[in-house]
Amino acid sequence: MLTSEQLAAIEASPYKADFPLLAQHPEVVFLDSAATAQRPEAVLAAERTFYETMNANPLRGLYRLSVEATASIEQARNHIASFIGAVDAAGKPQGSEIVFTRNASESLNLVARTLPQVVGLGPGDDVVISIMEHHSNIIPWQQACAATGANLVYLRLDDDYTITPAEMEAKIGPRAKIVSVTHVSNVLGVENDIASIAARAHEMGATMVVDGAQSVPHLSVDVRQLGCDLLAFSAHKMGGPMGIGVLWGKAELLDAMPPFLTGGEMIDSVTETDAVWAPVPQKFEAGTQDAAGSYAFDAALGYLQGLGMGQIEQRERLLATYLADQLSQLDFVRIVGPADGTRHIGAVAFNVEGIHPHDVASILDMSDVCIRAGHHCAQPLLAYLGESSTCRASVAFYNDKQDIDALVEGLKTVWQVFNGR
Amino acid sequence: MAGNPLYNAQFLDHAQHPDYKYQMDDPTMSHEGVNPSCGDELTFSVRLAADGTIEEAAFVGSGCAISQASADMMSDLMVDKTPQEAIELCELFKRMIRGEETDVDLLEEQLDEAAMLRDIAHMPARVKCAELAWRTLQEMLEENGVAGAMSATVSAACNHNHDGEDA
Repeated sequence: MLTSEQLAAIEASPYKADFPLLAQHPEVVFLDSAATAQRPEAVLAAERTFYETMNANPLRGLYRLSVEATASIEQARNHIASFIGAVDAAGKPQGSEIVFTRNASESLNLVARTLPQVVGLGPGDDVVISIMEHHSNIIPWQQACAATGANLVYLRLDDDYTITPAEMEAKIGPRAKIVSVTHVSNVLGVENDIASIAARAHEMGATMVVDGAQSVPHLSVDVRQLGCDLLAFSAHKMGGPMGIGVLWGKAELLDAMPPFLTGGEMIDSVTETDAVWAPVPQKFEAGTQDAAGSYAFDAALGYLQGLGMGQIEQRERLLATYLADQLSQLDFVRIVGPADGTRHIGAVAFNVEGIHPHDVASILDMSDVCIRAGHHCAQPLLAYLGESSTCRASVAFYNDKQDIDALVEGLKTVWQVFNGR
Repeated sequence: MAGNPLYNAQFLDHAQHPDYKYQMDDPTMSHEGVNPSCGDELTFSVRLAADGTIEEAAFVGSGCAISQASADMMSDLMVDKTPQEAIELCELFKRMIRGEETDVDLLEEQLDEAAMLRDIAHMPARVKCAELAWRTLQEMLEENGVAGAMSATVSAACNHNHDGEDA
């Protein structure tokens, strides 16, 4: 339970004013940031600024506008690199380790299509993922295993929704070539001990891939501390634009990986029969990139850093704890995941007794409370937990106690609609 | 919820106390319908009378209130209809739920209580829930060929005297 000081800290949100949608629609109770975050004015302005002041096709142009567009992309890469701790010993950001994609899903597809060749994935080898993965970190590996004859092995959760060290040792063995695990579950909101999983993976000679879609927006993620080799995440869950994703990878690994998509911008030279790839990261960026999007993502990172990721994490932990606490107090609501609110990064999944999640969400929508309901692109997890679907509320720093109170009132209404007073 | 246009008492009565939700003995045909994205699943059964009309309709399965209430209202509506009439009603329901048919008088006359689901046209995420039973029934009737050319097996099974629907 939160102290009165903590409750006072989340009573209202000073940040909503920065978000045009929230500021213009104060009636909207947005509790679906795990699906996509709202965008601050700074990001919307940046997108416009790009097109108004530096719009040209980047990379190939020999005139000032194109050079500026190119520079904006490289500046964004460096900013992202420093944001996730991809810096050299002298602290210099390694922008060349940042590959732009459309979203975290595409980043993971890129890895699943190109990494197997680097590690020589073949029959009898294991690709190890967890049961709490988003479909984006399952299906690409199903495909990779089908193509190579490798086995897909799942790390499972104990009763406390934890991947235990014993489970890591049991599942990540000498046959493991690739381990790909989400940092934070998009359904349960729990954080996995990536550092330990990565250590075990490396001990077994495997490459460690992390889905950071639900962690990079909320935690101070440092790729060196995580000990991973590749990290995928999306701009749109961090207040950046939709359509920009990131793949970070260690330089030597990205160098060894073959191209994913081919065509313009990703080559050094082409003959009738052959092509020489451009260096990383351009090797993975065929075609015209969303330069305005990366420029606006740069602005999103600036906005978040202006608030301070430490501040953001602290506030979001209070909000998630309050959310879980309040849901726990409704006797007709059952949390799917840890009851302990401090275990939740952003998201809390739950069900209302005897009422389908879609009905819950539809009735909440009638009072402008936005939550997610369904399988959350994690059907194997729900099947493992014995749930066909769940509701999910998720918070970001711009939420406040009043949003969560509105959810609780809405849930009481849902219960009354179905069960009378 | 006061003034809630959809989740009203009549709707909830169908969802929570469906009259037609049971396992039918000796159905002429049964068909399973699923909405994979929401986990709604139901198996719809009908028994055809000697004259080819739907004598009994029932369903089993699980899903949200909209899918369940819709299935119950549909079952009630389909009793005594010919398969061809049933298919036409399914088509009308689908047009209603997609907002293509908005004539309330026509909808209430043809679809009876199911016309109350017309507001789902404004809830695109729930269209599939509302349609599930209707889609399942229509697929079953069409796949078994009872609406147009009657298939031999179904004809034999229900000792049906085909009464001149368009082949």
